[in-house]
Amino acid sequence: MKQQAEQQPDKVVFHAEGLTKIYRMGEIEVRALAGVDLELYRGEFVVLLGPSGSGKSTLLNILGGLDAPTAGKVICGGNDLVLATDRELTQFRRHMVGFVFQFYNLIPSLTARENVQIVTEIAQNPMPAERALELVGLGDRMDHFPAQLSGGQQQRVAIARAIAKQPAVLLCDEPTGALDSTTGIVVLEVLERINRELGTTTVVITHNADIARMADRVIHLSNGIIGAIDMNQDKRAAKELSW
Amino acid sequence: MRALHRKLWRELWKMRGQAFAIAIVIAGGVATLLMSLSSLESLRITRDTFYRDYRFAEVFASLNRAPQGLLASIEAIPGIQTVETRVVAPASLDLPDFPDPATGLVISIPDGRNPELNRLFLRLGRLPDAGRSDEVVVSEPFAEAHGLLPGDRFSAVIQGRRQNLVVAGIGLSPEHIYQIKPGDLFPDPQRYGILWMNRSHLAAAHDMEGAFNDLVLTLARGASAGDVIDALDRILDPYGGVGAVGRDDQLSHSYLEAEFEQLATMARVFPTIFLGVAAFLLNVVLARLIATEREQIAVLKAFGYGDWEVGLHYMQMVLLMSTLGLVIGTLGGYWLGEALGTLYADFFRFPYLAYQLPFQVVAIGALVTLAAAVLGTLSAVRRAVRLPPAEAMRPEPPATYRPTVVERLGLQRFFAQPTRMILRHLERRPFKALLSITGISFACGILIVGNFQQDAVNHMIEVQFGLANRYDVAVTFIEPTSRRVLHEIEAMEGVLKVEPQRLVPVVLRNGHRHFRTSVQGIVAEGDLRRVLDTDLQVMAPPEDGVVITDFLAEILAVGPGQTITVDILEGKRRTLTLVVDGLVNEYVGVSGYMEIDALNRWIGEGSAVSGALLSVDPAARDEVTSRLMNSPRVAGVTHRLAAIETFRETMAQTVLIFAFIATLLAGSIAFGIVYNSARIALSERGRELASLRVLGLTREEISYILLGELAVLTAAGIPLGFLVGRALCWYLTVGMRSDLYRVPLILEPSTYAVAATVVTVSAILSGFIVRHRLHRLDLVAVLKTRE
Ligand SMILES: Nc1ncnc2c1ncn2[C@@H]1O[C@H](COP(=O)(O)OP(=O)(O)OP(=O)(O)O)[C@@H](O)[C@H]1O
Ligand SMILES: [Mg+2]
Repeated sequence: MKQQAEQQPDKVVFHAEGLTKIYRMGEIEVRALAGVDLELYRGEFVVLLGPSGSGKSTLLNILGGLDAPTAGKVICGGNDLVLATDRELTQFRRHMVGFVFQFYNLIPSLTARENVQIVTEIAQNPMPAERALELVGLGDRMDHFPAQLSGGQQQRVAIARAIAKQPAVLLCDEPTGALDSTTGIVVLEVLERINRELGTTTVVITHNADIARMADRVIHLSNGIIGAIDMNQDKRAAKELSW
Repeated sequence: MRALHRKLWRELWKMRGQAFAIAIVIAGGVATLLMSLSSLESLRITRDTFYRDYRFAEVFASLNRAPQGLLASIEAIPGIQTVETRVVAPASLDLPDFPDPATGLVISIPDGRNPELNRLFLRLGRLPDAGRSDEVVVSEPFAEAHGLLPGDRFSAVIQGRRQNLVVAGIGLSPEHIYQIKPGDLFPDPQRYGILWMNRSHLAAAHDMEGAFNDLVLTLARGASAGDVIDALDRILDPYGGVGAVGRDDQLSHSYLEAEFEQLATMARVFPTIFLGVAAFLLNVVLARLIATEREQIAVLKAFGYGDWEVGLHYMQMVLLMSTLGLVIGTLGGYWLGEALGTLYADFFRFPYLAYQLPFQVVAIGALVTLAAAVLGTLSAVRRAVRLPPAEAMRPEPPATYRPTVVERLGLQRFFAQPTRMILRHLERRPFKALLSITGISFACGILIVGNFQQDAVNHMIEVQFGLANRYDVAVTFIEPTSRRVLHEIEAMEGVLKVEPQRLVPVVLRNGHRHFRTSVQGIVAEGDLRRVLDTDLQVMAPPEDGVVITDFLAEILAVGPGQTITVDILEGKRRTLTLVVDGLVNEYVGVSGYMEIDALNRWIGEGSAVSGALLSVDPAARDEVTSRLMNSPRVAGVTHRLAAIETFRETMAQTVLIFAFIATLLAGSIAFGIVYNSARIALSERGRELASLRVLGLTREEISYILLGELAVLTAAGIPLGFLVGRALCWYLTVGMRSDLYRVPLILEPSTYAVAATVVTVSAILSGFIVRHRLHRLDLVAVLKTRE
């Protein structure tokens, strides 16, 4: 790890070391992460693969500053997120990271457009909310409330919300989990385009090994540890995929 | 509009019922505060304006008789602004169609003119014409009590001579706002009135031509009342002056002051309780409301909204609800305050009410509520924010339910599955359950506070007029009289029993503490007037000491066994040192008691009596009364039943009216709380219940789960509320103690029952509203989005 950082010091966006996350529930201890070392580089597209319960969401949340590890450190932009103040974490999330959550987490009282606006209003260099929604193919559903949208449509609103602020890092937890393959590919194309045009470091969690084919690197997680990291020699465009 | 603002308005609109209920809770507290303080403040202002505009005197002196020529030397006293001499005469009043004894005070006014000081406010009619000898102005309460109008006639006996009078006008004077017969505890406008008559005629009737027996004066700016009184007493002493007094010892003013003090206490204590409870409940309700928003707070945080922005967002929501409550409460408080002020002004006989809502009071109300709202919100938002967003956003892990106590005891077979769910939920969230129970119990508690005074008043009457004062008729003589008069009274037909009474005006002292009251001499084995100890047991009046009202002991800071100094204010004006032998339980007034012969020995006055207590055959009461009234030695006759009635009326018009309005406000607070508890339970568990519906439970079954829980919480909250109510009432009685009366802490079962009923009805109504919502629960929408 240390060598790698020396090799490409200015390209490292995230440097995580010895990440452990233990959930305690009474006497039972769940070890969601058991010592993860990881680096993410500027502009790369990473797919995080692993079986259910292997700790993918946990890792992503820690990288995004949403959760604190039990032990270990996460360096981003020269600062350790674990030691950051609440204020610094807020600034970090506001300007650096775009999230797509596994369970969408839209705000039910706001329309699709407003769900995006609530993020663009506080961002530094956002695209218009309408454009973000058009990018995910929801130009005609902008004034619908979450309860009036299908699961997949809600997920696309969540993606529009994440990309609209044009973040430096995009963290997506199963962005296509609820979508059919055609729509899924449309969404992946959007992610690919953001990644390519803006140089956004993108991490995508999925169960779907097919999606790994469009990644620069594939990280395999099982039982809270990184089993393997594959460099994808044969990177495909999103529209070539199918499942 | 920013998206966050849209979220604010939409969510407020969606929970408008709940928001309104919260606003009502606030409004209840704020209205109580504004009503109490503004009505009182307005009364004070009204009194002060009336005093100023009608030139209420500052020093009052009465004497036997002095030549009018003395006025010049009085006017020479430095520090006096205006002096006015008068003739004042007691009178028996004889009204057509009113058999009971009525007495009055006739005060002279310059012929045909309004006096310089203590000017009359004329409600109807005019002042007596200068040349007319039979015209009088009658005090308004007395005129009203007897339906007297200008032109009506009645007669009065002054100095034993009957005078036929015509009502020229009906008026009020700043000197007699509170028209109470000296020695009485409460005003009785039917039996006591004030008349104003041309001086030349009253002087003739009272043998005071070229003389005066009363004077009033105002002070020059910066003059000391004490110095003027001293100088005045020196001048008047040879003429039988009984000591001039300042406003503080003037009868009407001091009673008014005492009543205002009483109202002021109530105006402090009630809103403290109500606003305090409302603020606490607001805090709890908002904290729970925001706890249900924890997931949305997490989303906002995940996208980079700071704690401050999230806090502000919820703060705005809460401030909007609070502002609505404040506005309703301020309007309601203004309206109720004016209504109550008008009632009080009527009761105290002010000619008008200068109503105003002091800005500071509104500011206090706003500050307390907003502080409670902000604190409640902040702490809840802080708690929500402290949770890492990742955790807050994950669907809540299935809760760790455990078998309940009931199940561990093996009783589950008595309960169906939904009942078990209620029990498990309550056991798993004991803190939340406790908060709900606390809220309901406080709602129940303030209802008890609003109602309890009625019980207390009944108890006071029972003790004061049932156990202590058991006579039918009380007679007071013009001056201390020989005991022989008792035999004359006993000989009257229909008089069953007579007991003597001796009343001596005194100042009791202990060090620098002192109190002006009277010592009553009563017979040892008396049946008609008894003193009760603090356990309400009859005690014998002591022979070589004095027993005093428990509250008086507190004022003087003495206890049984200690000595006090007694300045006798009549006869030889001795000063005695007496041992306090014990304490008397008394709810109305304060005084000291001794065995009558012992009292006479101490003051060195043979066996005089100043009054008598009679037990009278009811059939002969009117006959006995009129014979007593016609006796030249009798100054006044009081009926015990009439005393009870005036006591009830006084309480009804001051304390109970207030308490009644407070009960209504308490009811609205109670409903707001119970409704909110129900609604929050619905929003906390809507998803779970919708899932159960999807799994095949019927509407009735899920309603049962939620409403059953509400029923359990309400059932637990009510008994606790009884305790809370009792504690709050105790606080109220302690705060309201005064030398006028002390309200005992007496709560009847019916008061508890009313409070419990209001809470139960609120719960049932809330239950219906919630059930209606549950029945319309949109299963798909609930399951599709996560709130
Ligand atoms: N709040 C929590 N308390 C206790 N255990 C938890 C908690 N959150 C997650 N876990 C446990 O941590 C482990 C990792 O969870 P995580 O959500 O990271 O899995 P995941 O790889 O994202 O799975 P999936 O693909 O099903 O979403 C799991 O065993 C889970 O049960
Ligand atoms: Mg996951």
